[in-house]
Amino acid sequence: MAMQPAVNARVSRRRRLKDWAFWAAGGVAFILIVAPAISIIVSVVHQALPALGWSLFTQRTNGIGLQNAILGSLLLLAGVAIIAGSIGISAGVYLAEFATGRSEKVLRFFSEVLAGMPSIVIGYIAYVSLVVSFKWGYSLLAALIALSVLITPYIIKTTEVALRQLPTTLREGAAGLGMSRTSTLGRVLIPAALPAIMSGFTVALAISTGELAPLLFTAGFTDQNPNLKFFHQQVPYLTNVIYTDLSLPGKRAHATAAAAGMLSLVILIILIIIARIIAGFSRRRTARMTV
Amino acid sequence: MTAVLDPHLIPLRSARRIQLSELTKRDRVVRGFLLVAAIIPTAALAFLAYQMLKSAYPAIVFNGWHFFTSKSFDLGNQYGSGVEVHDGYKAPAGAHYGILSLLFGTLVSSLIALLLAVPVSVAGAILLVEKLPRFLQSTLGVFLELLAGIPSVIYGLWGVYTLGPLFSRTVYKWIAALHIPWLRGPTGAGEGLLSASIVLAIMIIPIIASITRELVRGVPAISKEGAVALGLTPSETVRTVTLPYIRSGVIAAAILGWARALGETIAVLIISGNALGVYPKSIFDAFTTMAATIAALLDSALTDTTHMATAALAEVGLVLLAFTLITNFAGRLVARRFSDAGLPVGRGV
Repeated sequence: MAMQPAVNARVSRRRRLKDWAFWAAGGVAFILIVAPAISIIVSVVHQALPALGWSLFTQRTNGIGLQNAILGSLLLLAGVAIIAGSIGISAGVYLAEFATGRSEKVLRFFSEVLAGMPSIVIGYIAYVSLVVSFKWGYSLLAALIALSVLITPYIIKTTEVALRQLPTTLREGAAGLGMSRTSTLGRVLIPAALPAIMSGFTVALAISTGELAPLLFTAGFTDQNPNLKFFHQQVPYLTNVIYTDLSLPGKRAHATAAAAGMLSLVILIILIIIARIIAGFSRRRTARMTV
Repeated sequence: MTAVLDPHLIPLRSARRIQLSELTKRDRVVRGFLLVAAIIPTAALAFLAYQMLKSAYPAIVFNGWHFFTSKSFDLGNQYGSGVEVHDGYKAPAGAHYGILSLLFGTLVSSLIALLLAVPVSVAGAILLVEKLPRFLQSTLGVFLELLAGIPSVIYGLWGVYTLGPLFSRTVYKWIAALHIPWLRGPTGAGEGLLSASIVLAIMIIPIIASITRELVRGVPAISKEGAVALGLTPSETVRTVTLPYIRSGVIAAAILGWARALGETIAVLIISGNALGVYPKSIFDAFTTMAATIAALLDSALTDTTHMATAALAEVGLVLLAFTLITNFAGRLVARRFSDAGLPVGRGV
């Protein structure tokens, strides 16, 4: 910290008190940020306790398990990683390295606007167009597209920032060696920015696992295990179980809902930790390059 | 005065302008492929707007201005044979689509959320950067990512089962005891406007706090050193140097957080108490929002054979869309004044 408190004997007691009160308020704010997160985790785990057991993984939602929902959520995660990942990273690379003037501003702006779109609006449109007009029915592809629309702008942004963070000297060096833009990108910039890109990508995926609104009217739900059929085959997923089992009567259903919540929190936390580890790797690498 | 959100970020304006003539043939092919990907979000946005307009059109004609001047939202008797006709469009008998109460619920809940979230986020972010050791900084970073990523349905669950009941027995009772108009009355079981606003506030804290954190980090050390040299206490330094410096950035962050609160669906749906077509009588009363109404009514709207119910919900979605577009636009416009780097997107991590 560059700034050390200048509090000493010459500072009046009133000012010192005010200073103390100010930082106490900051501490309260800090607690108000941390406490809900802890409370949420504790309450979800607490409610899930009666339902915890191996049966969650071995039975499906028509029994007392969540096997189909877990598999469905992981399938959606993988699908979104492929669709949103390829589009988002490509678009981010374009905006950072290949865009010219005005087109860049327009594309970036609309991508950011898309990021602010309420998820229920995306879900509604996906329902009206993909599920109904295109006659796909509740299906894997409709769900994947709705979810990807939601998450792609985020991946674009983090990819673009990751590339811009690279020192200009890298590009100058590559240009000095006579490398073309594409070679520079493939051999110098992407390898250097990869950890940062991947950590942003992972956080985006983490956020996508918690979405329900865009899936509610696109994925449907089924007690069967999901398969790779893209059309007319409903997909089970965890957040749906949380939502629907909550409105069912009975302690058992509520515990299952909480267990589904806990599992999606587990997936979330694992992804956040992975992102953190990759980000730490990225910081070390950038630090090495800027020397 | 230009603050940059991330000190490592190369300002966009000075970014390397690419000359098309310097590209090799292979470069152009690669650029073409990447350009297609970069256009997809914009195309998706255009498609969303077009579809929304198209599906809402019958309702726009049918409702006219009543849509904005009436507070009752009723899908009508979908199982009867009666049909109402306005301007050539049919709707079930008794159907009436007015969004005034939804607008009220959406705006009030999101504004209360903003009122709660901004001070907490700003104070927390300042404390984080100025006082806390590095390991605590990254711990709070993890918590912000966690808060951003927790599924909104879990927020809803937590609001209904944990926060709501706890607060309605304690904090709400204390507030009600003050007998301020609109802040008194039965506190209920914990569902309702205030509970939903508190949960919304928690949901938008990650957006506002993470932007503010970067803003505080961007305050030049030399200004702060100057303040210290003048003998100001740390809190006085914050008030005279840091806060004025980050003000417009915080406003932009708040607007983006607001946009998110406006559009939040599932959590509000669970906690709001879902009171359609009425104004909440007090801050503890049930209410509902535009987004929650779309999610709540879409199932039953699908059974409407005149299809007016889905069109009306599309019109609600259109209004919501307009709101979030305007808020996002405004937020980014304000942001552009203080930063070249632009704002984070999505949930703000």
